[in-house]
Amino acid sequence: MMSALTDLTVAAARAGLDAGDFSARELTQAHIDAMARHRTLNAFVTETPERALADADAADARRARGESAGPMDGVPIAMKDLFCTAGIRSTAGSHILEPFTPPYESTVSGKLKAGGSVLLGKANLDEFAMGSANITSYFGPVTNPWVAKDGDNRQRVPGGSSGGSAAAVAARIAIAATGTDTGGSIRQPASFCGIVGLKPTYGRCSRWGIVAFASSLDQAGPMTRTVEDAAIMLQVMAGHDPKDSTSAPYATPNFAEKLGAGVKGLKIGVPREYRVDGMPQEIDRVWNQGADWLRAQGAEVVEIGLPHTKYALPTYYIIAPAEASSNLARYDGVRYGLRVDGGDLKEMYENTRAEGFGAEVKRRIMIGTYVLSAGYYDAYYLKAQKVRSLILRDFTSAFEQVDAILTPTAPSAAFVLGEKQDDPVQMYLNDVFTVPASMAGLPAISVPGGLSDEGLPLGLHLIGRPFDEVTLLQVASALEEAAGFDARPAGF
Amino acid sequence: MALDQATVARIANLARIKVSDDELQAWATDLSAIITFVEQLDEVNVDGVEPMTGVGDFSLPLRPDVVTDGGYAEVVTSNAPNGAHGFYAVPKVVE
Repeated sequence: MMSALTDLTVAAARAGLDAGDFSARELTQAHIDAMARHRTLNAFVTETPERALADADAADARRARGESAGPMDGVPIAMKDLFCTAGIRSTAGSHILEPFTPPYESTVSGKLKAGGSVLLGKANLDEFAMGSANITSYFGPVTNPWVAKDGDNRQRVPGGSSGGSAAAVAARIAIAATGTDTGGSIRQPASFCGIVGLKPTYGRCSRWGIVAFASSLDQAGPMTRTVEDAAIMLQVMAGHDPKDSTSAPYATPNFAEKLGAGVKGLKIGVPREYRVDGMPQEIDRVWNQGADWLRAQGAEVVEIGLPHTKYALPTYYIIAPAEASSNLARYDGVRYGLRVDGGDLKEMYENTRAEGFGAEVKRRIMIGTYVLSAGYYDAYYLKAQKVRSLILRDFTSAFEQVDAILTPTAPSAAFVLGEKQDDPVQMYLNDVFTVPASMAGLPAISVPGGLSDEGLPLGLHLIGRPFDEVTLLQVASALEEAAGFDARPAGF
Repeated sequence: MALDQATVARIANLARIKVSDDELQAWATDLSAIITFVEQLDEVNVDGVEPMTGVGDFSLPLRPDVVTDGGYAEVVTSNAPNGAHGFYAVPKVVE
């Protein structure tokens, strides 16, 4: 018997469509039904079922003519609501952009559209992508489809900021989704939801039309259920874009080139500084297991040093808020979004921003404003930029020795909604393993590695050389094969 | 370093976010915790280290300084909370 249409991977969906086993409309309708059935997850800010069916019909018409728009033609996806989509409300999860309907399309969502993918809707996210639990969205928190085993049905967070994207893919609502990653926002939710999440090298995907958070760090990437799907989707998303001056002017390789090629002869680094104090035993266990899997397949696993690891998170919490405070200055109630009137222009700005931004966004704007302000710039911002150079230098020397670096993705499995909510620094520690690669602009991927003692997914994290996603995906596919992760959230 | 209420008021003013007087202390405590956390960087010796300002090893591209787009003010202002005749309207700033 054929498995449910909502269980298909991108690759299997494409094969089924090509073989005529089902139409894009049937495939899309099955996912629209799943989206309606699982509305309690709150994975979407805006559902676009009519657009989805129109996209599907267009894909079917192309196939009937013997044409194809590419490897995602007719495949239903969710789009993180940080990508501007022409004619479709794009909120960034914020009250201040609640009424915003862009007249233009982001480069990456435009490439996916031109590639024939079917837009199911705009996925929920932490407000302006600031968060690690998807609890800061103005449109409410997202629920992780996973619950612990043994009757512990407490609601878990999906991770963040791309929590709606991760939940939609894990719950079989979307075959794949876009995410964006500034300090871990693709990889940490992928780990929490038991899916694959790839942050490409900074510059690989255009940032044009993505609501900006921290411009030297933000990067779009695919969230999928397999490593092969991540390679397929990245192929459609990536490429030089003259509209983004930080978009890399490099040719796009065939990302799937070395999938399944094995890891014989490759050197994998395990950084000793990632063995942090108080790391849960189960995280350590999955990490060691990952190293054993790669060793068993012929890779040489070596211990390496990344001495500035512990400074990556404090560096991030200077650089990212500084850039955010500058980027978010544009939300002033004049050109788009919310306006709250005041006695004069300045009061209108202040009222609009006080009402339009949530607490976490205000926190980061104020931190950023402080570290950039006169008298503090050198002590905080300039210092952080220098430490960032040292973090990059650590990785550069490590990659003279190894082909990829293996770490855990996150220091815990998905936690219960409401935990870590009162202490921002505790929440920031979720990204302790993902932030260093972000600071250095390196490609990195989270692959499901196994289940925690409570039966929740745990991700393994691989970091690659700049612009060498091909090798990164090669190693990731070896891990994926060894892990044989086939667990799925109960009821989905 | 602990931030005091006056510093929070100054930051909020620079950031154009209204913070009422009775919220100042809560923000001071909240932001101080983060500033204390990032001050770990004081331990790091950065003598002679250049600041990292970008990630790529390519230089920023240049293009001719010519108009390549435009001519649709109605579209550009279509999201304005208060727009009229292809313009943005704001509270009066000149007496």
